[in-house]
Amino acid sequence: MAELDKTDGSMDATPNVTEVVAVDATDETAAVAAIEAPVERGEPILQVRNLVKHFPLSQGILFKRQVGAVKAVDGVSFDLYQGETLGIVGESGCGKSTVARLLMALETATSGEVFYKGQDITRLSGRALKAVRRNIQMVFQDPYTSLNPRMTVGDIIGEPFDIHPEVAPKGDRRARVQELLDVVGLNPEYINRYPHQFSGGQRQRIGIARGLALNPEIIICDEPVSALDVSVQAQVINLMEKLQDEFNLSYVFIAHDLSIVRHISDRVGVMYLGKMAEIGTDAEIYDHPTHPYTQALLSAVPVPDPEARERGERIILTGDVPSPANPPSGCRFRTRCWKAQDKCSTELPLLAVPERFKGSDTPAAHESACHFAEEKDIVGAAS
Amino acid sequence: MPDATKTQTEAVVDAIAAPSAADGHKEQGKPRSLWGDAWFDLRHRPMFWISSILLLLLLVIAAFPGLFTGADPRNGDLTNHFLTKPDLGHFFQADWFGYDGQGRSIYARVIYGTRASILVGVGVTAAVTLVGGLLGMLAGYFGGWLDSVISRITDIFFGIPFLLGAMVVLNAFTDRKVYVVILALAFLGWTSICRVMRASVITAKQADYVTAARALGAGTPRILFRHVLPNALAPTIVVATIALGGYISAEATLSFLGLGLADPTISWGIDIAEGSQAIRDNPHALLFPAGMLSLTVFAFIMLGDAVRDALDPKLR
Amino acid sequence: MTIMDKTADIPAPRAGGSNDAPLLEVRDLHVEFHTRDGVAKAVNGVNYSVDSGETLAVLGESGSGKSVTAQAIMGILDMPPGKIPQGQILYRGQDMLTMSYEERRKIRGQKIAMIFQDALSSLNPVLSVGYQLGEMFRVHQGLSKKQAKAKAIELMDRVKIPAAAQRVGDYPHQFSGGMRQRIMIAMAMALEPDLIIADEPTTALDVTVQAQVMDLLKELQTEFNMGLILITHDLGVVADVADKIAVMYAGRIVETAPVHELYKRPAHPYTRGLLDSIPRLDQKGQELYAIKGLPPNLLKIPAGCAFNPRCPKAEDICRTEIPVLVPVSEQDGSELPGRGSACHFWKETIHG
Repeated sequence: MAELDKTDGSMDATPNVTEVVAVDATDETAAVAAIEAPVERGEPILQVRNLVKHFPLSQGILFKRQVGAVKAVDGVSFDLYQGETLGIVGESGCGKSTVARLLMALETATSGEVFYKGQDITRLSGRALKAVRRNIQMVFQDPYTSLNPRMTVGDIIGEPFDIHPEVAPKGDRRARVQELLDVVGLNPEYINRYPHQFSGGQRQRIGIARGLALNPEIIICDEPVSALDVSVQAQVINLMEKLQDEFNLSYVFIAHDLSIVRHISDRVGVMYLGKMAEIGTDAEIYDHPTHPYTQALLSAVPVPDPEARERGERIILTGDVPSPANPPSGCRFRTRCWKAQDKCSTELPLLAVPERFKGSDTPAAHESACHFAEEKDIVGAAS
Repeated sequence: MPDATKTQTEAVVDAIAAPSAADGHKEQGKPRSLWGDAWFDLRHRPMFWISSILLLLLLVIAAFPGLFTGADPRNGDLTNHFLTKPDLGHFFQADWFGYDGQGRSIYARVIYGTRASILVGVGVTAAVTLVGGLLGMLAGYFGGWLDSVISRITDIFFGIPFLLGAMVVLNAFTDRKVYVVILALAFLGWTSICRVMRASVITAKQADYVTAARALGAGTPRILFRHVLPNALAPTIVVATIALGGYISAEATLSFLGLGLADPTISWGIDIAEGSQAIRDNPHALLFPAGMLSLTVFAFIMLGDAVRDALDPKLR
Repeated sequence: MTIMDKTADIPAPRAGGSNDAPLLEVRDLHVEFHTRDGVAKAVNGVNYSVDSGETLAVLGESGSGKSVTAQAIMGILDMPPGKIPQGQILYRGQDMLTMSYEERRKIRGQKIAMIFQDALSSLNPVLSVGYQLGEMFRVHQGLSKKQAKAKAIELMDRVKIPAAAQRVGDYPHQFSGGMRQRIMIAMAMALEPDLIIADEPTTALDVTVQAQVMDLLKELQTEFNMGLILITHDLGVVADVADKIAVMYAGRIVETAPVHELYKRPAHPYTRGLLDSIPRLDQKGQELYAIKGLPPNLLKIPAGCAFNPRCPKAEDICRTEIPVLVPVSEQDGSELPGRGSACHFWKETIHG
């Protein structure tokens, strides 16, 4: 695994010089920002540094040669603190799910690091990786495909103990599984049933119980409620918040539903085309967004209040998200941005506190990757 | 992918049915596995019962032919019984189906011939499922160069005409016992199972539950045998059951051509070959072994159909 | 726009249908599915109507019967297993369920069109977009290939697909999700129908694209004065475009209301629960309101009000008597036009 990571530079046939320099700078500023973060948060439990994942595009049947790369994740950095929820929002293709898979070491990162308690998990394999997996678990989007249909609920939730026998002695396992079912609000007697005998919301609870089995510190949630009915979503969100308090869990909560992300998150990162556009506390992002993409995203969300529309300007973006195989130069968002100027196509904006807000303590003073970051009065989502 | 072919209404029916089993706190308290559901479905199909009873009978005949006839299938009585016509009233007696050109009881030959056919059918299927299934599983799961190599080999074998290939291979053997025929047919027949297995393993390994197991730190054997294989098995079982009938008829064809089983082994194929020479005046010598062959093949294909419908209700 | 000219070959309303009949009216519609485990009652007596230029939003969760009703209107239910034991679907006063196949076919596509959630699987992948759009004109209006292509380009322009003339020969997979949904809309619009049924038209799209597509749909509707039935589970989308809302639960309409009224003062505990379970700013850090329990099993719909096992207001009467949709009035008895609730305790819910 480790060797593969280093091949990235040579894989990219014509590296864009400005971009490489800029990405390095992003890394630095992010690190600086992490140091400047409020002290009360303590040490970050997970530090993501300049994470990159390119999926090679190849041509040819027998002799495959690389003709390009889908830049799914292209230099993402953030921190996750003990007990907090970091929401990551973005549209399809922005790379948020790939970030989840990279954090779980389910994909090999092209470059960059993910430090869990100081240890870079992108370089781990074998026994060391297995040990880390005990502490980082995942909840999947689709409750219908994430449970093996041929295993009983007891076997599904008990599987973590089979893989990590040191967590629970053999005699205790059945009791532990029943306890977990109880914790997620399912009848412990259901232990011998099969997944298809449950509804979507109940299945998602089973998936959460499986994620909890090893007492992890971090749970990566990839769209955990978007496949569920509205009336059931709230139940699952409440469960997740309860469990967070009970077990002091840290969540990375990936979703496209902005109102749910706001409800559950302490901090929110907005992704666009493989890059982090803006990151800050929930109030900073939702009430004082400075990146035009965040502003457009927030104003595009249909608000369940017919009168809300009259309260602010609504931004409707033109066009579609460009292909991550061939992203625009400079700022990724410039092709759809109403503020774009020449500078945007040549210079990659860094994720940093904008110059004009530096030193001030307005809520607008948070990291935003835009040359022309400023606040704008828009219709707020979930307000 | 069954989901892609789903019609709107089916999707609706699924949506309706999904929570149905779940909210029963009192009713439907029993666990229902997918295999259990398939079995439930099978039990309600007359086709399944007809074919199973037929096959059970055939298996008993194959195992204990002596129970069904006292006549000697090998030594004929040319002087008394040369091509005697059948006497359909004499149930289970030596002259029930008449006598063949060497004065042997056709009924006894049909009964004793069952064993070879069933052995070849079951034997080839077992070998093919084992080899093809294993190769398909490895190719599908590991992918990469292993997949390329196995797939190309499969393609090469797929290009060989099945019967022609078997004839060429068997021609090299002078002493053609049952196991030789099994090996020859299995040697050429594993490709279809391999392809089916490869495809369903590829589908299964992309499922989220496999990712979930990897995220838990599960090793390859666990993922392969606990998660991928059980979910990839159904199509293989269906293809194997239906193919079984095909192998039986392939054996008969080869024996008919003189390239399959040979005397002293008793085979329907040999009898069909012999009977076909006297078809004008004595069709009975051909009809009974041929009828028995068709019945057996039919039973296996019918079972395969029933199993397919039960395992994948969406195909219906 | 020439293509939007009325086509004359559609049968005029017959003697049976009066001229002031609504564009589409569904009366006491029932749909059931016969499955291995029993009869699933997907729709249990739905009534609603849409007029020209009006948008009716049908709101409900999976299994509420909202899509099944639409499929029954379009006549695309698979029967069996589906069955319509009773009910009427009146198009300008004519019952479509008793019409001949040929009459019905003429209405479908030309007078009532449907937009599906998944545009990719609704378009034929091996035919160019222009061909598929032009097909409508060749089949229904007998235009030549060249004319049909010109019409297709016109339509693509209408739904604001950039560079329509260049892209008319492209295949569905060459378009993005939002563009494909526009093509679906163009196709539905092609013969200028009176009514469009949109089944979760933006659910598969990203939020920034969702807004574009909904705006387009709304614009076209106003321009051509069409009726629109919008089927969705998204309370946000509904708030944006609907005139009136019908909330469905377990195959029944439990509440109807003009859009502003519904959000301000729901008159059914289920609607209230749905609205309350949307995260709000002042609830940050608190538990979200959640409707307890699960959506009902359609094979075994609870006796009385189907919502009673999940309802915080349920009393004995709710477990025995099915509430009918009754008009909702102001506390002083003055009428609230267009409002109805199928709850025994609607007064307490709306005024309490």
